[in-house]
Amino acid sequence: MAKFKSHLLVCGGTGCRASHSDAIVASLNKALSDLGLQDEAKVVTTGCFGFCEKGPIVKVVPDNTFYVQVKPEDAMEIVQEHIYKGRKVERLLYQNPESKERIGDSKHMGFYKKQIRIALRNCGFIDPENVEEYISRDGYQALGKCLTELTPQQVIEMIKKSGLRGRGGGGFPTGLKWEITAKEKADQKYVICNADEGDPGAFMDRSVLEGDPHSVIEAMAINGYCTGASKGLIYVRAEYPLAIHRLEVAIKQAREYGLLGNNIMGTGFNFDIDLRFGAGAFVCGEETALIHSMEGKRGEPTLKPPFPSQSGYLGKPSNVNNVETYANIPVIINLGPEWFSSIGTEKSKGTKVFALAGKINNVGLIEVPMGTTLREVIFEIGGGIKDDREFKAVQTGGPSGGCLTARHLDIPIDYDSLIAAGSMMGSGGMIVMDEDDCMVAVAKFYLDFIVGESCGKCSPCRIGNKRLYEILDKITKGEGTMEDLEKLKNLSTVIKDSALCGLGQTSPNPVLSTLDNFWDEYVEHVIDKKCRAGKCKAMMRYIIDAEKCIGCTLCARNCPVDAISGERKLAHVIDQNKCIKCGACMEKCKFGAVSIN
Amino acid sequence: MNKIKSLSDLKKMQEDLQSKMSLRERSNHPESIIQIKVGMATSGIASGAKEVMTYFINELEKRNIEAVVTQTGDMGYCYAEPTVEITLPGHEPVVFGNVKVQKAEEIIEKYIKNGEMVDGIIPMNYETINNI
Repeated sequence: MAKFKSHLLVCGGTGCRASHSDAIVASLNKALSDLGLQDEAKVVTTGCFGFCEKGPIVKVVPDNTFYVQVKPEDAMEIVQEHIYKGRKVERLLYQNPESKERIGDSKHMGFYKKQIRIALRNCGFIDPENVEEYISRDGYQALGKCLTELTPQQVIEMIKKSGLRGRGGGGFPTGLKWEITAKEKADQKYVICNADEGDPGAFMDRSVLEGDPHSVIEAMAINGYCTGASKGLIYVRAEYPLAIHRLEVAIKQAREYGLLGNNIMGTGFNFDIDLRFGAGAFVCGEETALIHSMEGKRGEPTLKPPFPSQSGYLGKPSNVNNVETYANIPVIINLGPEWFSSIGTEKSKGTKVFALAGKINNVGLIEVPMGTTLREVIFEIGGGIKDDREFKAVQTGGPSGGCLTARHLDIPIDYDSLIAAGSMMGSGGMIVMDEDDCMVAVAKFYLDFIVGESCGKCSPCRIGNKRLYEILDKITKGEGTMEDLEKLKNLSTVIKDSALCGLGQTSPNPVLSTLDNFWDEYVEHVIDKKCRAGKCKAMMRYIIDAEKCIGCTLCARNCPVDAISGERKLAHVIDQNKCIKCGACMEKCKFGAVSIN
Repeated sequence: MNKIKSLSDLKKMQEDLQSKMSLRERSNHPESIIQIKVGMATSGIASGAKEVMTYFINELEKRNIEAVVTQTGDMGYCYAEPTVEITLPGHEPVVFGNVKVQKAEEIIEKYIKNGEMVDGIIPMNYETINNI
């Protein structure tokens, strides 16, 4: 069998495919066989390179030559010059936009890589159930350094200086939180990890726990050293059985290796971690509700202050941080706060993990520096919208966030810019929507979620959100009025101002942001009784065009509710009172006589 | 197994582990050092990663190919699960997407045995703190 000297990797991502990467594959293959080189090199199609702007991409290995904007007619030149003569085709190499220099080796063009993985550094690299693999990649070095070389105050200063902010959504400065907990005087303090990830479509924390549990354990121990706590608790939802299993294995191994327990690394520092399981209530992601749930009480929030840092679990000072926040800590200690703060924007440092979901080609987990634009995330890393549909909106921040539109695509992703645009960072869910998504229905979906998850303690959230939901439901049924839109706005503002906890205060955000950004669509629903996405079934009417209908009876025979009547060879009619809008008639009609009005 | 009693213990252990690994990578016996990592987060397992991992372990043994098959976490390519990363001695790691049993068979016969790449490679488009 042939041993290939080189491989030509052709991007088969949707973006590149749209610009004829298939034809490039065919031309490369033809060029190879024309020159008798089919045993020298092989053409392979790959997934998305995440560089769609410069597509189609052809990469030659093993020399890592990166050709951009390749056309089928370039194939012969690539094969003749590169494969046969061993010379790079200069004109197709990527050109550095600043220095205008052509770059031959993709290893030197790291700047095209829009992702930097800090929190996900080990995710997908190490075996999460083997502590030795974590140790071999600098694992527990940060803890060792803290315990032997740094005072707790010095460590806190490092975290403060790094500019790290809470990754659970709020964005509170992490170092400051640690300092407040450290300053409290108490006989017992607690380190708590919030792993109650609940936003629809979000799976960042689960991936970190499943892929790199020790990074969280190490960071919690560092926090224990800083704040004077000897006990750590991870609150993880019971719906994450694999994450729980990997955490249990990791904690057991850490104990066996003496990295948890008494007298860690001979320094006299004691620290251990236990798990607490949540039943999957969304509100328990709120830190006071989370603590109550851990205490065995109802998962309901209480008014802050006192903050958990002052009086938390069992009334003791407790430092609550999110999974991803902790996963950043060992890196900050190892590489230094200056390194960390060199990444990101002025007020948002480091990177953020996002779970890309919805109508996007490369659904998955990504980690980008703060300040990356939504456009880069969706159209470069995400590979654009599925089936070449039109981008309509992106939802960030889960039920507390909002929907941003095409005109927001160039805003940098950081805590403050997203809030200014009417959404929020949230924990990192990012759901992309296309022209087939109805924004009123999207708002209704989130409100439905909130109504189900509201703990019921305060009336604005319990009753107000229910009313919001009912109004939205009315609008999607084509029964809304312009007064309803005013009511939506007013009620949302009241809930924002008067709800007890962070979740309640942000719950009307999906309504407010869609009202702001998609006002026309609401008005269309109310005045024209029309849903442009075709999602609100109650407003749709299937009708048969009498001129096109030849009376074949196919639609009538396929109608599940016998709503279609008419004589053979004569035009048929749909009884709107019986019609359930299933669309079977339109699907079956061979003459295009059925349409939606 | 020895407990880690000090920071120098930890550093020594890290050095030992790293040299063990680089020994694997630089060995003169190519057949003994193939590394296969299967992405086994919830998303991978739901798409059949367990079956694929078992297949690799059993088939490589049957065919007398020595390889280290391990599990790992989410590589981030949820649109192409199950994902498998393969490192041949002296080569850069290569990630394959949508690896069902049939694809695994193709990968063993073509890539692992002959170094011949197959369709469905996922290009690495990120940096980690280890390669900055």
